[in-house]
This record gives sequence, C-alpha cells and structure tokens, in this order.
Amino acid sequence: MQGKKKIRVLAAKPGLDGHDRGIKVVASALMDAGMEVVYTGLRQTPEQIVEAAIQEGVDVIAMSILSGAHDYLFPRVMDILRERGAEDILVIGGGIIPDEDIPALKECGIAEIFGPGTTTGDIIRYIEEKVTT
Amino acid sequence: MEDFKKAKARWDEELGRKLQKRPERKTPFENTSGVEIETVYTPLDLEGTDVMGRLGLPGEYPFTRGVQPNMYRGRYWTMRQYAGFATAEESNRRYKFLLDQGQTGLSVAFDLPTQIGYDSDHPMAMGEVGKVGVTIDSLEDMETLLNGIPLDKVSTSMTINSPALVLLAMYLSVAEKQGVASTDLRGTIQNDILKEYSSRGTYIFPPLPSMKIITDIFAFCAENVPQWNTISISGYHIREAGATAVQEVAFTLANGIAYVKAAMDAGLEIDKFAPRLSFFFNAHLDFLEEIAKFRAARRLWARIMKERFGAENPKSMMMRFHTQTAGCTLTAQQPMNNIVRVAFQAMAAVLGGTQSLHTNSMDEALCLPSEDAVRIALRTQQLIAHESGVADTVDPLGGSYYLEKLTNEIEERAEDYIRRIDEMGGAPSAIEKGFVQKEIQDSAYRYQREIEKQERIVVGLNRFQTEEERPKGLLRVDPSVREAQVKRLQALKGRRDSQKVRECLAGLKQAAEEGRNLMPSTIDAVKAYATLGEVCDTLRGVFGEYQQSAIL
Repeated sequence: MQGKKKIRVLAAKPGLDGHDRGIKVVASALMDAGMEVVYTGLRQTPEQIVEAAIQEGVDVIAMSILSGAHDYLFPRVMDILRERGAEDILVIGGGIIPDEDIPALKECGIAEIFGPGTTTGDIIRYIEEKVTT
Repeated sequence: MEDFKKAKARWDEELGRKLQKRPERKTPFENTSGVEIETVYTPLDLEGTDVMGRLGLPGEYPFTRGVQPNMYRGRYWTMRQYAGFATAEESNRRYKFLLDQGQTGLSVAFDLPTQIGYDSDHPMAMGEVGKVGVTIDSLEDMETLLNGIPLDKVSTSMTINSPALVLLAMYLSVAEKQGVASTDLRGTIQNDILKEYSSRGTYIFPPLPSMKIITDIFAFCAENVPQWNTISISGYHIREAGATAVQEVAFTLANGIAYVKAAMDAGLEIDKFAPRLSFFFNAHLDFLEEIAKFRAARRLWARIMKERFGAENPKSMMMRFHTQTAGCTLTAQQPMNNIVRVAFQAMAAVLGGTQSLHTNSMDEALCLPSEDAVRIALRTQQLIAHESGVADTVDPLGGSYYLEKLTNEIEERAEDYIRRIDEMGGAPSAIEKGFVQKEIQDSAYRYQREIEKQERIVVGLNRFQTEEERPKGLLRVDPSVREAQVKRLQALKGRRDSQKVRECLAGLKQAAEEGRNLMPSTIDAVKAYATLGEVCDTLRGVFGEYQQSAIL
C-alpha cells in the first residue's frame, strides 16, 4: 500500500534581512510534522526563490521577512511564479508585516500571512488543510 | 555553620513532607540556561567558594561588582536609544528630539543596504531603503545625519559591522569639518563580524579579510582616535537568535577571544588595543538570571584577559558594555505590556552594572518606534535613575546567596562552552562547523515548544489574551525614500570630482591588495565623496564575498 506523499516546503529568506530564528523554528516544526523542508538560506532574490521552488518541486513556499521589504519582495515572487507558470504553489509568509498590508498581499496571491504570536501548530494545520498531495 | 546545616536539613525534610500534600506549580524550576532553581538559597550554597576573592571590590579585578569603584554615583549609565529610519534628514530630527528629551548619547541605526555595503540604487536594495534604519550612501548623507550635533560633546554609537571602516571614516570626516580633533571623539562602532556569520547576517566579505579590517581599525584608532570603542563584541543578537543566557556569555566571549588573538597575531600590543574593546549584551526576562549573567561575564572576561592573554593594564581586563532590552520578548498582542517588560529588563541591566542602555519601545514588535513610544522608553531609564534609588550604591544585590550562586553557575557553564569551542579551534572554526548556530537553533526551538505547550507563559499571548484592535499610528517608512535617495546619488555623482574618486578607489584597491591598513585610503575615498557602494565594491573585488551555507 502506497504511503501518502510528503508535503514539500521551501523555507525562504527574501531580501537582505538576516534574522533566521523564525524560519528555522518553523522549518524544524514542519519537519517534525512529517514534511520535507528545503531551506534557501539568507539573501534570496525573488528569482532565486522561484527557481529553487521549481527545482525542488515544492508544494509550498514559506517566506519569512522582518525588514519591511515585503511590500516589494512578496509581490515580485508572485509575479515571477506566474511568469514561470508555477502559481499552483501555495505561498505563505510571516515575520513583521503590518496588518494593513495583508489585504494587498493576499490580492497578489499570498495565501496567508502568519504574524507575531503565531504558533507552529497554526502553520502546520494550515498547510495540511490546503495542500492535497 | 554546623548548627545552620542541621537547621536546613530539618527544614528540607519538613518542606519535603509539605510538598507531598501540596505539589508546586512545576517541577523542576529551571532557568533558560538549564540551571535548577532551589526553593531558597543560604550561606551553605556559597560554602567552600572564595567569596571575597571572587567578589572583590568594584573597580578592581576581577570586576565582578562593576568596572568603576563608585559606578552610577559618579555618573549614570549613558541613555542611548538606537534610532534611525528613512532619510538622514528625518533621522537627524529624531536624534535632536531624543537629545532634547534627555538621552545622553547617540546610537545610529542604518538600513540593510547600508549595513551590507550597497548604495540605495543597487538592485538588492529594492524595497529595503530606509526601512530598518537610516540610508547612508555617502559622506554627504552623514553630514546631514549629524548636522547641528556637536561631536565634541556627544558620543555616538554606530551599529555597523562589515562596512564599519567606511562609516567610521565618514564620522571622522564630519568631525574634522566641525573642527573637532579626532583625539576628542568618543563613540563606538559595533564592528563585530563573527556574530554576523552566526546570528545576524549582515556580512559582506569572508572571515579572514574581515578580521584584518577589524584589526586595522584597532590599530588606527589606538593612534588617532584613542577614546573610541573600536568594537562592540555582541551577545545581544546571539540571544535574540534564541541562545540561553549561558550561551550568550560563552559565544560572545569566545568571539572576543578570537578578536584579541587576531589583534595580537597582527602584532598589536594587548594593553594598547584591549582597553578600547567593549561589549553589548541583551537584557532578557529572567530578572535575577540576567543580573547574574552580567556579573559572570565581567568576571570571566577579566580572568581570560589576565590569565590567558597576560594583560597587565587593568583597563584591558575591564569589560565595559552596552545593553539593550530583549526585542524578541516583545509581543504584538497587548503592546502596553511591553512597557512593563522593558522596565524589568532595564532594571536588571542597571543592577548588572551596564555602562549604557537602550530600552525598546512598546510598539517594536510591530514597527520602528513612534515618537511617543520612544519617549516612554527613555522615561523608563530616567525613572530608574532618578526615582528608584538603585543607582545610589554599587552592585546592591551583591552578596545575595542566590545571585552569587547563579553568577558562579553561569561563569562555570560558559567556561565549559568556551573550552569546547577552543577544542574546535576557536570561534571562527566553531562557526564554520555550524556548532554555534546549531546550539542557538536548538535553544530557540526548545523555547518555542515550551510556549506552545504552555510550559512557558507569555502574558497576553498564550494566557490572559484579550480581544483587541491593532494599534494605529504606527511608524511607516515611505517607499519614496528610495527614489529621493537615488536622485541624490545621481546629483552627487554629477557634482563630485570623478577623477579624484577613481584615484582614491584605486589607492584603496592597492592598499587592500598589499595588506596595508585600510583606514587612510578609506578616509581619502569618502572625503572625495566616493559612495559606500563604490568603496565596498572595490573591497569586494579584492576580498570576495562570504557565501553562507544554509544550515538547518
């Protein structure tokens, strides 16, 4: 009997922000929950993130950013995903993202934003709900 | 003592019986560093330890109680709020506001492109300009930033690492224009690359050339800017990344050891550069553990400088440090609670003997501080100084059985870690191997699991939640800052003597290739209005760029 295919996630740090505590905690939790996680490391351009996501065949891109540059970088990632025909990948984000920015981000295709106070449980449940393998 | 031992044994027995009927809130009680906390501490906990020797007197080796004999009775700690955002002009306004409100030193926050040596028009700077700090592309911006601020009277700390030499060169140039002698300048540059590799991420060049730049700055300042703190060896960020208190001390001091070693290997005399080394720690939540941590760090560093490195000047053994309250402990939920958290944390820093202090603002889990929020943060320090009485005697908690026991524990455990790091070849090797990062990451994950299992309570977050509206009026940086800056850059490049810039950059390149001290040519370049990006690109050309391996 075939086992269920594991959910694959790209954990990414877009832009110049060097804070990686959050993304590493999320990645560890996702792995503990049985997902496969590829971590890009710091200083990824939107192009690099999309390229890695496609190469790694991930179901989810999880981006963490605390620098306030999400307003430029997140929409760029979504644009490039669409250009590359990969908009079926679920894209979620977290970090320091003001509430009032969330509607615009969702409009350009970010599925959900997980702000300060989110539990890893919240993120795991969300991904498991949304991703059917 | 024998009578007391018997009394304690009896007391322990009785308590044991009580606990059978009424178990405690948790078992065991442990602090972040894994030290088990007893019900009560007594003289028995310090039995057999050389209390007088290990404690000493303030201002004397091993400086456990403080680096000056009379500490805040002479002068309060410097109230130095980290600030900067958007343009040099706006940040200059905020600095004047803060000085007006009673802060006693400046602290400059630069944006990420500046911290990573990119001009505002660089592709990697898109979306980032002015967001987490002020954007500085050239000496012109620095002149605007410090306009109207008397550099002979105000000390300035600059949180800048990889391109520290450039920003220092700019600062020196502005001071010169103000007519202030470099020998009169007081301030600090963070200039701590090792923690960038392990915990903060704003590196440019690989380790070896980065260490060379750092020792260049030590040598240059010893001769030319003798009152300048040439480095702020930082534990703050290591703690923010998730480290425990013991790890914060261990990894910071291990980095310090690496810097001292590098400087001595470069031929510098220890008692010439060591007095101007400084440190930067976190003030986290566990009030008593934090006070013990500061004392343990001071004593351990003094011992390292004396015993390992043979320093003879007491100033070389004195750990002077800045403290910032822990950003990672602030919550977006019920932000006013943060005012109280910061107050406890600031108090711990003062009771721990910090030389200068930054208190976070209540809105900082959400954004950069608004004027109102930063004013309250500054008032917090002023209230401690002027109303609480704790600054009227030195190390008031010294002698507490718990505090001294904890100080000893932290020192011992940190020393253990340092020994392990030594066996790996020192901090740079330990970082290259990923050891430091893994330890930090494991602690961070453990902390988060504790919160999610309700073993660790965060008030307002996993208990005592309220339905609330998100605060309004938060500080936002206008994206048009980038466009304005790009225009300024274009105008600057049009105005300046391009030939001179080219010559200066060529001179810098040559100095880098020949292994000479980079400060003089950097100063020449910035005076000719070479941009930060141009200077750093020149050095990138010689040194290459650091490639981080993505360790999970």
